[in-house]
Amino acid sequence: MSMKERKIRVLIAKPGLDSHDRGAKIVARALRDAGMEVIYTGLRQTPEQIVETALQEDVDVIGLSILSGAHNTLFPRTMQLLKKKGLTDVVVFAGGIIPEEDVPALKKIGIKEVFGPGTPTSTLVGFVKNSVSRTR
Amino acid sequence: MTQTSNVQQLVKAVLHGEKRAIAKTISIIENNEPQAQKITSLIYPKTGRAHIVGITGPPGAGKSTLIEKLVKELRNRGKTVGIVAVDPTSPFSGGAFLGDRVRMQDLSTDTGVYIRSMATRNHPGGLAKATKDAARVLDASGKDVVIVETVGAGQSEVEVVKVAQTILVVLAPGLGDDIQAIKAGQMEIGDIFVVNKSDRENANKAVGDVQAMLEMASEKKGWKPLVIKTSALTGEGIAELLERIDEHAKYLKTGPIDERRKERIESELLEALTQKITESIVSELKQKEQWNKITQEILSRETDPYSAADKLLAKQLKTTRKR
Repeated sequence: MSMKERKIRVLIAKPGLDSHDRGAKIVARALRDAGMEVIYTGLRQTPEQIVETALQEDVDVIGLSILSGAHNTLFPRTMQLLKKKGLTDVVVFAGGIIPEEDVPALKKIGIKEVFGPGTPTSTLVGFVKNSVSRTR
Repeated sequence: MTQTSNVQQLVKAVLHGEKRAIAKTISIIENNEPQAQKITSLIYPKTGRAHIVGITGPPGAGKSTLIEKLVKELRNRGKTVGIVAVDPTSPFSGGAFLGDRVRMQDLSTDTGVYIRSMATRNHPGGLAKATKDAARVLDASGKDVVIVETVGAGQSEVEVVKVAQTILVVLAPGLGDDIQAIKAGQMEIGDIFVVNKSDRENANKAVGDVQAMLEMASEKKGWKPLVIKTSALTGEGIAELLERIDEHAKYLKTGPIDERRKERIESELLEALTQKITESIVSELKQKEQWNKITQEILSRETDPYSAADKLLAKQLKTTRKR
């Protein structure tokens, strides 16, 4: 078998009670078109569900998509659980409706980058590719 | 030495059902990393306990929703379950959208259920090579039932046979021409045919069509394939389906020597052999200057590819015998 480049596995998750996932799906498709394997959770996920999924699917990256404003509650819990389950080498980024002023605190708890609406998908793809090559 | 003990520790953890170990092991095998074969050789002897169920059928038939219902019922009966959900890799980008979990959300925090999404990575037949091994890892980790859900692309679902012991073909009424939905390949491999979405008005017609097809099909020795109506939404038929799956499992254990299993093993042995032969012989051949010389001869039409292959192979085998 030829030594092909290892596929990047990304989990796109929707924590909380958002009612639509248009943005998350656009990101998922862009990552797929860039050659990655993207696992999508569906709507209304708890941090427990997200972390358990990340564990079973052995993902390299998690993208948390949230529109409801509950990121300051849900993200810290998710990061805590990831640590508890030993998934500290997984890169986590976030997107959706997250006010600028909340970003520094989120970065402090381990969210590598926060992407607002209108971020070109190429930026996202570049970010994921770079993050993963660094951790391997 | 450390590498070997790491592998042994990993396998030990898998046999204990540790999720992180299961996850890492499946990845190693999927990526064909150097330790993959060693891991497979350690895990293989520990398989054979789980009942492996393959579920296939056209897209939109409701396979994932049906699986969620089936698994919940299995869990009620105290069984642990592993699920390998396969989706197609894009031939253009090499990437994949693995969305089967969306229909199985209730299962994601059940500690008795392990779900792994896999991409076909362009293995023909819609079933990733690593899927076989992933199912084995889940078997070895102690799961009672392992479900392999495949892409419902149509004809090439025959590949599923190579993994599963019991094969479900899931159809839904009104998905185009019902008869057409049952392609030749699927007709031969189905042990149990499921007409899902039974709440739809043309469900009974679909059941009738399948029954007619089954009667027309060549006489099968032993197990007679049957058709069941289910509604993954209402739960209708789920308990009956489980009974039939159990029946088939019993039939396999008490019936005559499982011909299909023997065929499966031989086919996999052949695949492994072919791969290794190709790897070792071709890579050696490509390195010799003979390769370029003969390529030139084909380019100038002094010889054709097939005669050239004969020549290369003859020389190679002679060299091997001299050793």
